[in-house]
Amino acid sequence: MTPPAVDAPTLARAVRRERRRRTAGGLLLVAPLLVFLGLTLLLPIGTLLARAVHDPQVATALPATAQALDAWDRVAPLPDAARVALQRDLLAATDDARIGGVARRLNGDVPGARSLVMGTWRALHHDPAAAGFDPTAPRAAALEAFDARWADPAVWIAIARNAAAFNPDDLLAAVDLRRDAQGGIARVPADESAFGRILARTLGVSAAVTALCLLLGYPLAWWISTLPPQRAALAMIAVLLPFWTSVLVRAAAWVVLLQREGLVNQALIAAGVIAEPLALIFNRTGVVISMTHVLLPFMVLPLLAAMRAVPPTLMRAAVSLGSPPLQAFVRVWMPQTRAGVAAGVLLVFILALGYYVTPALLGGADDQMLSYYVARYANVEIDWGMACALAVVLLAATLVLYTLYRRVARDTVLGA
Amino acid sequence: MTDTAPLVRFVGVGKTFDGRAWAVRALDLDIRRGEFLTLLGPSGSGKSTTLAMLAGFETPSVGDILLDGVPITRTPPHRRDFGVVFQNYALFPHLDVAANVAYPLDVRGVARDAQRRQVDAALAMVQLDGLGARRVQQLSGGQQQRVALARALVFSPRMVLMDEPLGALDKQLREHMQIELKALHRQLGVTFVYVTHDQSEALTMSDRVAVFDAGRVQQVDRVDRLYEAPASRFVAGFVGDSTQIPGTVAARETTDPPGTLRLAVGGAAPTLRGVDAEALPVGSAAVGCIRPERIEVLTAAPADATDTLAARVVDRVYFGDHLRLRCALVGLPDAPVATVKRPLDHAAVANAGASVWLRFPPAHLRLHA
Ligand SMILES: Nc1ncnc2c1ncn2[C@@H]1O[C@H](COP(=O)(O)OP(=O)(O)O)[C@@H](O)[C@H]1O
Ligand SMILES: [Mg+2]
Repeated sequence: MTPPAVDAPTLARAVRRERRRRTAGGLLLVAPLLVFLGLTLLLPIGTLLARAVHDPQVATALPATAQALDAWDRVAPLPDAARVALQRDLLAATDDARIGGVARRLNGDVPGARSLVMGTWRALHHDPAAAGFDPTAPRAAALEAFDARWADPAVWIAIARNAAAFNPDDLLAAVDLRRDAQGGIARVPADESAFGRILARTLGVSAAVTALCLLLGYPLAWWISTLPPQRAALAMIAVLLPFWTSVLVRAAAWVVLLQREGLVNQALIAAGVIAEPLALIFNRTGVVISMTHVLLPFMVLPLLAAMRAVPPTLMRAAVSLGSPPLQAFVRVWMPQTRAGVAAGVLLVFILALGYYVTPALLGGADDQMLSYYVARYANVEIDWGMACALAVVLLAATLVLYTLYRRVARDTVLGA
Repeated sequence: MTDTAPLVRFVGVGKTFDGRAWAVRALDLDIRRGEFLTLLGPSGSGKSTTLAMLAGFETPSVGDILLDGVPITRTPPHRRDFGVVFQNYALFPHLDVAANVAYPLDVRGVARDAQRRQVDAALAMVQLDGLGARRVQQLSGGQQQRVALARALVFSPRMVLMDEPLGALDKQLREHMQIELKALHRQLGVTFVYVTHDQSEALTMSDRVAVFDAGRVQQVDRVDRLYEAPASRFVAGFVGDSTQIPGTVAARETTDPPGTLRLAVGGAAPTLRGVDAEALPVGSAAVGCIRPERIEVLTAAPADATDTLAARVVDRVYFGDHLRLRCALVGLPDAPVATVKRPLDHAAVANAGASVWLRFPPAHLRLHA
């Protein structure tokens, strides 16, 4: 039987229609997930990115001033309209916590700006006439008459900067850059720079933890892969145990083990290996040890999956072809586990980059990682702009490393 | 060492994995220089265990394996110089075809250009010229098995061991590879030890076959001897088809020809004469075994009913080049079924339900315990 004659375009159209129908069906199925992801992942990340370059604190507290300064190029003399607008804004602001926040923020840019702003605000609200202000028709000259520091353009530049719709200062600071008064970008002097070192430290600790996890996890996973199923399940429980224990309990356990009078030091001294207790905790050593412990399962699980998939006859084949067992293991068996190594390394490294609690509890002041500073700016300094800028740097570093890694992993795992 | 001395001797070899059941027991087996020996048997009969002990992957629990008279029982596999081919090919997926074949040369420190020459020759031998740069995953199952074969042959091993190497291929390709393996064996003159559960494969390729059952070798013999003169009921049933008729040894003939037994098959049926394959005493239970092509079919009751039983055709099966009749021996208890092979154009081919008489020539009915 011959099929009915159909011309090629009609056939192509039919195929396209069918494909579209399938795509639409698929999209409908994942729609709830997409909405969920949008609300819980994309929206927060978007807000975070926006917050890193725009902090609405000053602009909402001083709206008229923000508008008046918007056109100012920060070089020409300050327009009088801005001086008038600031008095109006301060008069309108009744919430002292809000003004306090603005004052603290400006103080970060210009030392002394805090007392200047708070003093002016108090004078305007208590006895404006005595301070030379006219609340009904503010005069431009009144500010400098009240406090000569208002003549300093630096104060106004600080207000303009923080009220601007786009303010890259936090983002620049997070990578140890800053804008000078003329708007040019310059390196922060070495003695003031901090975040570059913190980023390097974060990457360094993560790399050390990843390397240790691989070093400890590879033989462990190999051993488990050779066990009969029941014993392997027991061994896996032992590996997963840190997973099921609270972070705080784990940290406390490490303190007991590693402190000056702890079990490890006592045992080493009793064995005569060392004379003085080693400093194993509240320093880099403690952070790396405990993070390795926590992250080890993330290395072992993908390794084990890869190792279980290696056909046992490969080793037999290699040995029968003349390789001694160790050579067969290295030349034939280990290459089969590369995908598992790649997955484990990626997983552990990226998880380690974001670690916060463990270093905070078991590290010293010099061992804190980037997330610690994100938390610190968000909770202690109440500087959301800076917290978000640091988070953006962390996110960017992770994405860059991931992309590099994908390229390398593709070449080694799938390449010849 | 003379040329007739065996290459390998298994001397009282036994293997148990759990200390209770013997996977292989009391194995005495000689492998001759240059022969194609097949280990044949049903699944779980100990063939692979025997091959694994020969390759060095498993150590015998008792006994010794000698290579050219020297014990190799405890020699690790990488020092035995045997090429091994596995059912799942066991190619190295991270290496291309040429690197897979070069692997045994590389670990032996052969120089690069000599490696390349030998790899090319080995690939040509298995008809894979020019595929050296392919990744092994890009090859078909048959091609992968050829690569595995080239890899096992390229370093001129003292012996080639194969464990069901064609098991994963489809029937046509398998039969084609059987012929090629046989040709390769003739061309190289290397000793091949081949494991299979497929009796037709064993018959096609081998010089000799060792038939395994439950960890024990039942018979080691040339293929024609195995078929024509099986040593036990198991071999008769496992190698080729055979009809089995149970009964009792009624008498021993002294004259006609000597060594012939009479088998009483029960009921009112006459006794059958057959060859005594296992020195059976009179009065013992025995089974008469006969190949389908040896049974004669008569459509009318014969005048001389010697060695003849009445039967009814149960069905006829068309095999393309011949027919098979399955006939119930109606006169016997439980009416055992006999399988008869007939040419397609045979005049006396009967339909299902027809009554026939089957004659069992005494020279071809073999009596086993
Ligand atoms: N590694 C092993 N551990 C335990 N028992 C095994 C092992 N290998 C084989 N056996 C047992 O030994 C017997 C023979 O197996 P095997 O040699 O593989 O048979 P065949 O290859 O003839 O199918 C079987 O009963 C099997 O269960
Ligand atoms: Mg087997």
